[in-house]
Amino acid sequence: MNLLWLAFTLIGAVLGVLLSARAVDPVMMMHGLLFSIAAVLSAFALISRHYKYIGASLLEDNGSGINYNVDIVKAGVIASTFWGIVGFTVGLVIALQLTFPVLNFDLPWTNFGRLRPLHTSAVIFAFGGNVLIATSFHVVQRTCRTRLAGDIAPWFVFWGYQLFIVLAATGYVLGVTQSKEYAEPEWYVDIWLTLVWVVYLLVFLATLWKRQEKHIYVANWFYLAFIVTIAMLHIVNNLSLPVSFAGVKSYSLFAGVQSALTQWWYGHNAVGFFLTAGFLGIMYYFIPKRANRPVYSYRLSIIHFWALIFLYIWAGPHHLHYTALPDWAQTLGMTFSIMLWMPSWGGMINGLMTLSGVWDKLRTDPVIRFLVASVAFYGMSTFEGPLMSIKAVNALSHYTDWTIGHVHSGALGWVAYISFGALYFLVPVLWKRKSLYSDALVNLHFWISTIGILLYITAMWVSGILQGLMWRAYDSFGFLEYSFSETVEAMHPFYLIRALGGVLFLLGALIMAYNLWRTARGDVREKEKGSLVLNMEMVGAR
Amino acid sequence: MSEKVEKDEISGTQTTGHEWDGIKELDTPMPRWWLWTMYGTIIWAIGYWIVMPAWPMISSYTSGFLGYSSRGVLEEELKEANAAHAADREALLKADLNKVHDNAQLYQFAVRGGKSAFAVNCSQCHGSGAQGAPGYPNLNDDDWLWGGNVDTIYQTIRYGIRSDHEDTRVGEMPAFVTSEMLDKNQVNDAAEYVLSLSGRDTDKEAAARGQAVFKENCASCHGENAKGGRDFGAPNLTDAIWFYGGDKKTILRTISKGRHGVMPAWINRLDDVTIRELTLYVHSLGGGE
Repeated sequence: MNLLWLAFTLIGAVLGVLLSARAVDPVMMMHGLLFSIAAVLSAFALISRHYKYIGASLLEDNGSGINYNVDIVKAGVIASTFWGIVGFTVGLVIALQLTFPVLNFDLPWTNFGRLRPLHTSAVIFAFGGNVLIATSFHVVQRTCRTRLAGDIAPWFVFWGYQLFIVLAATGYVLGVTQSKEYAEPEWYVDIWLTLVWVVYLLVFLATLWKRQEKHIYVANWFYLAFIVTIAMLHIVNNLSLPVSFAGVKSYSLFAGVQSALTQWWYGHNAVGFFLTAGFLGIMYYFIPKRANRPVYSYRLSIIHFWALIFLYIWAGPHHLHYTALPDWAQTLGMTFSIMLWMPSWGGMINGLMTLSGVWDKLRTDPVIRFLVASVAFYGMSTFEGPLMSIKAVNALSHYTDWTIGHVHSGALGWVAYISFGALYFLVPVLWKRKSLYSDALVNLHFWISTIGILLYITAMWVSGILQGLMWRAYDSFGFLEYSFSETVEAMHPFYLIRALGGVLFLLGALIMAYNLWRTARGDVREKEKGSLVLNMEMVGAR
Repeated sequence: MSEKVEKDEISGTQTTGHEWDGIKELDTPMPRWWLWTMYGTIIWAIGYWIVMPAWPMISSYTSGFLGYSSRGVLEEELKEANAAHAADREALLKADLNKVHDNAQLYQFAVRGGKSAFAVNCSQCHGSGAQGAPGYPNLNDDDWLWGGNVDTIYQTIRYGIRSDHEDTRVGEMPAFVTSEMLDKNQVNDAAEYVLSLSGRDTDKEAAARGQAVFKENCASCHGENAKGGRDFGAPNLTDAIWFYGGDKKTILRTISKGRHGVMPAWINRLDDVTIRELTLYVHSLGGGE
């Protein structure tokens, strides 16, 4: 038994109880208790694990020569699917709230203002984060030909991350927030995440360290860039001073325009390193793997990786065009965003061109269809992004629904689709099944959610541009043409279309969850027996 | 760990010789169009830095050859907009509000300006089309609480109703039950009477008793004939237009607990030209007297 880990859980339990007992507000009292319960459960899990493994060697050979840690990836796949559905559902709820404000129910806990961060954090951090952790743990083991480093540590990362999600989410609903977009959790949740993240980095680095391959595969560069940069962004943007060590409230170390710039340095690079670099790591493993083709260009991968890493970090100020931010910072934000265009597209080219020679798989393999469509959406939104960073365009698009449409073409089209593709690939591999339960359901998921995404983003384009034009409309005397409420009224039909898109997207995810569950159980749909795309790991053909 | 460079059959390109979990890499050169477009964006960026404010220095920043500043542009645009309006604003400020109508161009300017100012300042309560809402009068009709000619509208906008300005218009719809001036039966009778005034079916006996209640308590403001009184902002109760609502439940609520809606005084928030524009706009909506 690892006594050190057990000691940590006991310290955690005591700390939680102490915080709860000395709490100056009810949320800290609850969160302290929650933390304690999690620590005690972990202690029990550690002890039972100890007795389970007595006599059994952890390094048992499983036939492939390397005893990969499969259980941790399985857990990540389940968590990703679960949080995905939660996040999409909350997204649909708030889309409906915007269409029909009565659905706020006049209750603080169900108010749009509290549910919106619940949605963004659930999809980005709970869904996206779990996909990243699960796939990175899978990819780093396989491409380094070595078992994931650490025995308990990966599980600490997994469960610690779930605890972070629960603390953050319950906090939002109860009104605890730092009011920083995508960085809403308060100081104590931030500290907890930092701890979890550092262990994540160590597990990843240690696995790279003991690799059995001479070179580090490109997917791992992207994962590592994601893990390191997120740690830096998270720590700097969340620097704050708690009012009391037993209370939830804290004050940021930054104020005014410095605070805004730090926030968007963080916010934009959360997009850049969490939702782009991390998911490019997924792309670089799962596309060549599923297509069974070599990566298109090694040189392109090197150049676009370093260009992306170097340029992205500067682009944040484009979120603050025409504000109190000095002109020179706005210029840098805009020009670096333009220069970012090609480095972003490098990933798209490498993803799409890897398919060259096997394009017919688009027809025969619905999982490839998800992966390729995701890269296409990635290309589209990484063109739209630099376009919107141009000040003249931004003057129209900023603060409108166009931004929301842009984000979702990236989030639904790129992030979610590459994740769905990876999940469909992983479940048969992890559960050792010959194929998925049904390819027809994957196909249905693909079309239903693609229609959903198209409804969503086209509605937001029209609504956003309409909104922007209405805000700036002047009559012949130079007077403003519309009242704000008229612009809100004009958006109503598009909000309805958007919500419909959300319904379709959620429906698709539910179909996926069902398909994955049946696959894990080992079922095969009778009708499709014989026609299913085979899991290459299982049949051994590479 | 294979380090064997081989030729990929499909593309005819050589691999790099690395392999990870079955994944190989081709040694394809970077697409030229990609590389040149990237160089292009870099050159464009450098050019942009030369002409625009761009790089921070120790105590200042490189200001660029075009001399651009967003503050400067804003000042310029404001100056232009103000210059375009200056003559009309000057004329409107000096004009007799009742006679602006005679100057078609100035009148149009004032009404358009008023519409815009209304959208920003008034539509939140009165609605984008000035159609009103329960508790917020419709400004399109000719049913005025405090008067619908240019002077009375001007005064209402300037000083407000039950606002915090000392010259505000004041009227009081008392809370007859809360302040124990009437009991619930009397209020019910009065409500029946009020309903009968606009020709609706009522409990005739109660309405008859209510008439006495009305005479004693309500007529001083609403008038003997219940047609309202503008000195107190008291609504006409005989027509089909209702301020807070004309169903019995709402009337009971109004009599029992009173009504004290507030219209803010705008004199300290908007300049006189804007208030004049608003006045003429509201007057133009259809019900102006």
